[in-house]
Amino acid sequence: MSLAHEMAYANPHITAVAVEATEFPDLARKYQVSGVPKTVINDAVEILGAIPQDAFIEQALLALTTAGPEDSAHR
Amino acid sequence: MGLLAPADQERLRDAFDEMTRPVRLLFFTQTIGCDTCVQTKQILDELPELSDKIVVEEVNLVLDRDKAAQYGVDRAPGIVILGTDEAGAVQDSRIRFLGAPSGYEFVSLVQALLLVGGRESTLTAANRARLAAVNEPLTIQVFSTPT
Repeated sequence: MSLAHEMAYANPHITAVAVEATEFPDLARKYQVSGVPKTVINDAVEILGAIPQDAFIEQALLALTTAGPEDSAHR
Repeated sequence: MGLLAPADQERLRDAFDEMTRPVRLLFFTQTIGCDTCVQTKQILDELPELSDKIVVEEVNLVLDRDKAAQYGVDRAPGIVILGTDEAGAVQDSRIRFLGAPSGYEFVSLVQALLLVGGRESTLTAANRARLAAVNEPLTIQVFSTPT
């Protein structure tokens, strides 16, 4: 989580939310969380487990070019 | 009686001593239908006792809808961390927690307080540059469990 926090703190366009999965089963279901940590970025990119900083940021930035299910209509 | 053992309190007090800027936690709570709001309050209430740089402000999620909307919080318990810029103005860190910050999440909360309190980022210069180029909204949700 700390990496996502640092990203949010570094750029005003980035928000990081730590979600306690067992307390919000609806969210866990919606994002198909079967293992933790699971990271979901803009509902478009998923990262499973803890991965190194460079790889995490690379994956996260992919969300800006990957259309999520909700905004796929205008891409 | 606190939740933290005296030795843990001491370690946290030492860590928080490094903070150079005040941090405010907005704690979004509700009276009904929130199983872990009481536990969250107990955890958060420990923090201001360990550092005069940490303030906790309770916000009723149901009664203070404007504030909840302002910070994009729609569930309780929710925590928003506010920092302070160089000029002393309050600044949203855009760091949020949903659910009681116990176990692993507590460690994560402490890290966030230290970061917003002035600790050096661990992001590499190259990654900081890549992030600086982000100019559209990016929401990162990280799911975890207490253990």
